[in-house]
Amino acid sequence: MKHLLGLRELSKEDIIKILNLAKDMKTILKSETKKTPHLQGYSVVTLFYENSTRTRTSFELAAKFMSANTTSISVQTSSVQKGESLLDTVKTLEALKTDVLIVRHSFSGVPHFIAKNCSFSVINAGDGMNEHPTQALLDMFTIRERLGTIEKLKIAIIGDILHSRVARSNIWGLSKFDNQITVFGPQTLIPPYIENFAEVASSLEEAVSGKDVVIDLRIQLERQKRGFITSKQEYYKFYGLNEGIMRYISGSTLIMHPGPVNRGVEISSEVMQLPNSTIDEQVTNGIAVRMAVLYLCTRKEGIYR
Amino acid sequence: MILIKNAQLVNSIHDKAEKVDILIVDDKIEKIGKNIEENPDKMIIIDASGKYVMPSFTDIHCHLREPGFEYKEDIKSGSRSAVAGGFTTICCMPNTNPPIDNRAMVAYIKYRAREVSPIEVLPVGAITKGLSGEELAEIGFMKEEGAIAISDDGKCVMNANIMRNALLYSKDFSIPVISHCEDTNLSEGGQINLGHVSTITGLRGIPREAESIIVARDILLAKETKAHLHITHVSTKESVRLIKMAKEWGVNVTADTCPHYISLTEEEVLGFNTNAKVNPPLRTQEDVEALIEGLKEGVIDCISTDHAPHHKDEKNVEFNLAASGTIGFETAFSVLFTYLVEKNGFELGKVVELLNQNPRKVIGLPPNVIREGQKANLVIVDLKKKWEVREENIVSKSKNSVFLGKLLTSYVETVIYNGKILKKDGVLNC
Ligand SMILES: [Zn+2]
Repeated sequence: MKHLLGLRELSKEDIIKILNLAKDMKTILKSETKKTPHLQGYSVVTLFYENSTRTRTSFELAAKFMSANTTSISVQTSSVQKGESLLDTVKTLEALKTDVLIVRHSFSGVPHFIAKNCSFSVINAGDGMNEHPTQALLDMFTIRERLGTIEKLKIAIIGDILHSRVARSNIWGLSKFDNQITVFGPQTLIPPYIENFAEVASSLEEAVSGKDVVIDLRIQLERQKRGFITSKQEYYKFYGLNEGIMRYISGSTLIMHPGPVNRGVEISSEVMQLPNSTIDEQVTNGIAVRMAVLYLCTRKEGIYR
Repeated sequence: MILIKNAQLVNSIHDKAEKVDILIVDDKIEKIGKNIEENPDKMIIIDASGKYVMPSFTDIHCHLREPGFEYKEDIKSGSRSAVAGGFTTICCMPNTNPPIDNRAMVAYIKYRAREVSPIEVLPVGAITKGLSGEELAEIGFMKEEGAIAISDDGKCVMNANIMRNALLYSKDFSIPVISHCEDTNLSEGGQINLGHVSTITGLRGIPREAESIIVARDILLAKETKAHLHITHVSTKESVRLIKMAKEWGVNVTADTCPHYISLTEEEVLGFNTNAKVNPPLRTQEDVEALIEGLKEGVIDCISTDHAPHHKDEKNVEFNLAASGTIGFETAFSVLFTYLVEKNGFELGKVVELLNQNPRKVIGLPPNVIREGQKANLVIVDLKKKWEVREENIVSKSKNSVFLGKLLTSYVETVIYNGKILKKDGVLNC
C-alpha cells in the first residue's frame, strides 16, 4: 500500500487487512515497552495545515512506537498562500528524504494532489470536507472489537453530514460491508444526493431507534454565522444526544464520537459516561489503526503494490 | 489563386452538401462550380475529396489574456490557437489587466490585433469601470472605438440597478450586454456543481440557482428595458427553461453555451481533476440534455468557446486554489461534431450555423457565406478523422483543456481567411 487517501477507493479486503493488523498493533500498545522496530530508518513527517493536537499526536505516537524518525511541520494556510506553494513544499519534503507524509488540510483533495506530485507515501489525516480515513478505520475497528462484526449492522450518523469528512469516510467504509446507514441532522447540513448512499431520517428519534451504532459528529460552532445552525441551545435540544433521546437507544447501542466533544451541544456529559459510549476507547484504538496504516504504507508487499 | 477541388459545401442547415470546386482569387471567392479548370502553375490546388468546406467560425466569448497575463496567452498565441480550431473572428473579454473598460484600451486591443493577429479580433468592453460592478464604463466611447459588446465576464453585475442602467444605456449605442450570470452570495467558496459529485468529493458546491436566479433577474430587466441581453455560457436546465420563456414573452434575449457544457458532466471532477474546474461548473447529464435540446430548438442561439487559458502552475495546485477555465478553440468544432452530430443526430449545417451565422447575429455582424463574390473565409474539415486531445498538439500557450485524453471525431484541417491559407493539412501557417 503506497498511500492511504480515502476509504472510497479502498477495497473491502484492504480494510479488513488494516483492521486485522491493527488488532496485532493493539497488543503492542498494551505491552510495557510499546516499541517495535517496524519503521526503523523511516522518516515520517506530519504536515498539518489545520490544528489538531489529537490526530497529530496519535499519528506521531504511532510512528514513534514503531521506531520511525518523526518530524512535524505546522503551517497556517494563510502564510502558505502568500509564500511557498504546496508543490514547492512537496518538492522540499522529497529532497529531505521523507518516506511517509501525513497531511491534514482544509481543502478537499490535497492529499490526492500531493500523491500525484511526489514519490513518498501520503496518508490523509483529513482533507477539507472529503475524507478522514484513519478516523473511520478506527471507528470500524472499535465497532468490530465491541460487537464482533462490522457487517449487517444498523448505524446512524448524526450531525453535520455536509461538512464532515468523518461522516464521508465512515459512509464509504461502512457501505462496503452491507451495513444499513442512516443519517440525520439539520436540513442545512445534509448534502444533496446523500440518499444514494444512506437513508435520511426525519427525526432524531427515528434516526437512533433500533440502531447498533450511533456515530455522533462534532459541530463547528462557526456554522451559526453562515446560517447552517441557529444556536448551541437549539442544536442541543433538537439534534443533541441528551437524556431524552436515551429512551430510544438500547443499552447495547454503541455511542461514538470522533472528538473533541462539545459537551452539552452534541452530546451530554451523562450520555458520554454511559458504559456503551466508546469515546475514550476510540482514541486508544486510533493509535493501533495508525500503526497498521503506517506499517502497510511502508511495505512493498502491501495493498497497493 | 487557390483551387479547392471536390469539396462538399455546407453553408447552413438549408444547404444540401454539394460536391463542388471553389476558386479563390486574392481575398475573394471567384467561382464555385463543377470541374473548374486546374492550372497548377498559377494555383495552389487543394484536393478536398471526401472532406467538407464550410464558412470559418466566429467566437463571441474568449479570453486572450493580453494585456497583463501574457504568460497564459497573448493576442498572437490566442489567435493562432483560434485558427487551429477554424475560428477567424474572435471576441475577447475585457478582464485583462488593466481591463478593457475605456476607449484607449479598446483602441489598444485593436491596434495589437492588427499588428500580430492573422484574424479578426473584436474587443468586448466592460460594463462597469474596473469590472467593479459599481459605475458604468464609457460604453459610448468604447463602441465608437470598436467594442462589439459589453460584459463584466468573470464577474456578475450583482447590483440589479447598475445592470438595469447598463441595459438602458446600451440601447443608445445598439450594443448587446453579455451577462455572466452568477449570484456570488450563492456561489461563494464553491468549487464545482452542488450535487452528487460535491457530496462524494467534499468539494464545496455551487448551487445551480446561482446561475438561474441571475438569468431570471436579467431577463426581467431586459423585458422592462427592451435592451438586447445576451446570456453567455449557459449551463443549467433551469436557465434554458427561463430563456425559452423569455423568448416566448418577446424579450430581446439571446444565449450561448460552450462545447464543454454540452458534452461533459460534473463527473469529470472525480479524482480532483483541476482541468475540469470551470465557471460555471460542469453540471449533470440532465443539464447536458437540456442544453442540447435548447440548441436544437433555437432557445440557445449559438456556441461560444469561453477559451480560458491558464498556466500549468495555476492548475497543478490544490483544487480550491486552481484557476477556473478550460481552453476551447482547438477542440470546439470536433466536440460539437462528436457530441451533437454523431451522438445526437444534429445536421452538420446546424453546427455550422451555431459557429458562424448565429454568433455573428448576436453581435450584429453579417454571416460569412461561401458564395461567389464573397470574401474567402472558410475551413476544410475531415469529418471522419478521429483524434485524441493531447497536450503536445495544443497550439495555445496554455494546455489546460478539459478534453485532454478524450477521443474526438472530425478535425479542422485547413483554414483560409480573406484568401490567405492560415492552416493547411493540419499545419499552421501563421
Ligand atoms: Zn464568464
